[in-house]
Amino acid sequence: MAFDKAEAKSVITTPIFDNNPIALQVLGICSALAVTSKMDKALVMSIALTIVVAMSNLLISLIRHHIPSSIRIIVQMTIIASLVIVVDQVLKAYAYEIAKQLSVFVGLIITNCIVMGRAEAYAMKNGPGMSFLDGLGNGLGYSALLMSVAFIRELFGSGSLFGYTILEPIRDGGWYQTNGLLVLPPSAFFIIGMLIWALRAWKKDQVEAA
Amino acid sequence: MEAYISLFVKSVFIENMALSAFLGMCTFLAVSKKVQTAMGLGVAVIVVQAITVPVNNLLFNYVLKEGALEWAGLSQVDLSFLGLICYIGVIAAIVQILEMTLDKFFPALYNALGIFLPLITVNCAILGGTLFMVERDYQFGESVVYGLGSGFGWALAIVALAGIREKMKYSDVPDGLRGLGITFVTVGLMALGFMSFTGVSL
Repeated sequence: MAFDKAEAKSVITTPIFDNNPIALQVLGICSALAVTSKMDKALVMSIALTIVVAMSNLLISLIRHHIPSSIRIIVQMTIIASLVIVVDQVLKAYAYEIAKQLSVFVGLIITNCIVMGRAEAYAMKNGPGMSFLDGLGNGLGYSALLMSVAFIRELFGSGSLFGYTILEPIRDGGWYQTNGLLVLPPSAFFIIGMLIWALRAWKKDQVEAA
Repeated sequence: MEAYISLFVKSVFIENMALSAFLGMCTFLAVSKKVQTAMGLGVAVIVVQAITVPVNNLLFNYVLKEGALEWAGLSQVDLSFLGLICYIGVIAAIVQILEMTLDKFFPALYNALGIFLPLITVNCAILGGTLFMVERDYQFGESVVYGLGSGFGWALAIVALAGIREKMKYSDVPDGLRGLGITFVTVGLMALGFMSFTGVSL
């Protein structure tokens, strides 16, 4: 298999800024909003999703010549669902507290459009190595956005990062007035909206036509 | 009866699938440019949700739950880890059956909903509804009401958003914010509005 280093690098880095799955492709937003109130939740979610996308891309790409196109969606679904079950069981076994907080959102990785979208758009047409990297890149793009939203929400909403206090809140005798709005879920919409604005102000070619 | 009405109101307004649980967002943002199409998709979601949640409830209670296979003489078996793959299978199958039934008996409705039906399989609101139902351990009757209510709530939200977006065509939005960005902000404001239902109980 021809393995081009420059191409491999671009496959990983493109989805992070130039073609971010959340900000530009509008995929996988559901979970991005609900799990970003705390950094640790967002981190676990990012890792889980990155593993599932990369592995599902790899597996689907390996058997892509054997999947009849009429039932490909079902086959992809089954592979993804099996991977998610594995991730879900591992989380329940080793990180029960966080798994409990993430509640249904780990299960919802199955219907996360990033996973299906990449399987359909990339893994069905490319070799296993590149598909794995593409999955990894998209997973990282998702993680980057998720972590930046969680960073803003946790730092300014509760004055801490990963549960460690950074800005001492007033109610604990400190000086920082916590921003209650950022703890509430709707704030994630505003932050993602603003991030998209910032990203598009920087990369002008992403601006949508009126 | 009162409990059911209260559950319905709760699932439509307080725990709105789209605006407080943020499920089905991908389609929610992508298919909300016109009120008419939004309405079509909303109806399709109500129908699918009202069927899949009760069916998955039966599946969970009589096959997957720990000790649920007692009727078959297998009281030790716990299949709940197979849940995810079963639910998604059921959802895909029901969407497929619904599509064929509509095509055969209600061609007009089928043409109206046509392209949206397959999309619903990967709509997280549907799978999310089922997972919430399992997590909260609803009885069969409750699951019917919950399925109907959560589907209705989602439909209500997408039609409302489409209405706002149709009006927004006339406003002058800054370049980088146009399209996706301003939609996010709008949905955020709508979600804040829906938060005011918190605490309402019948």
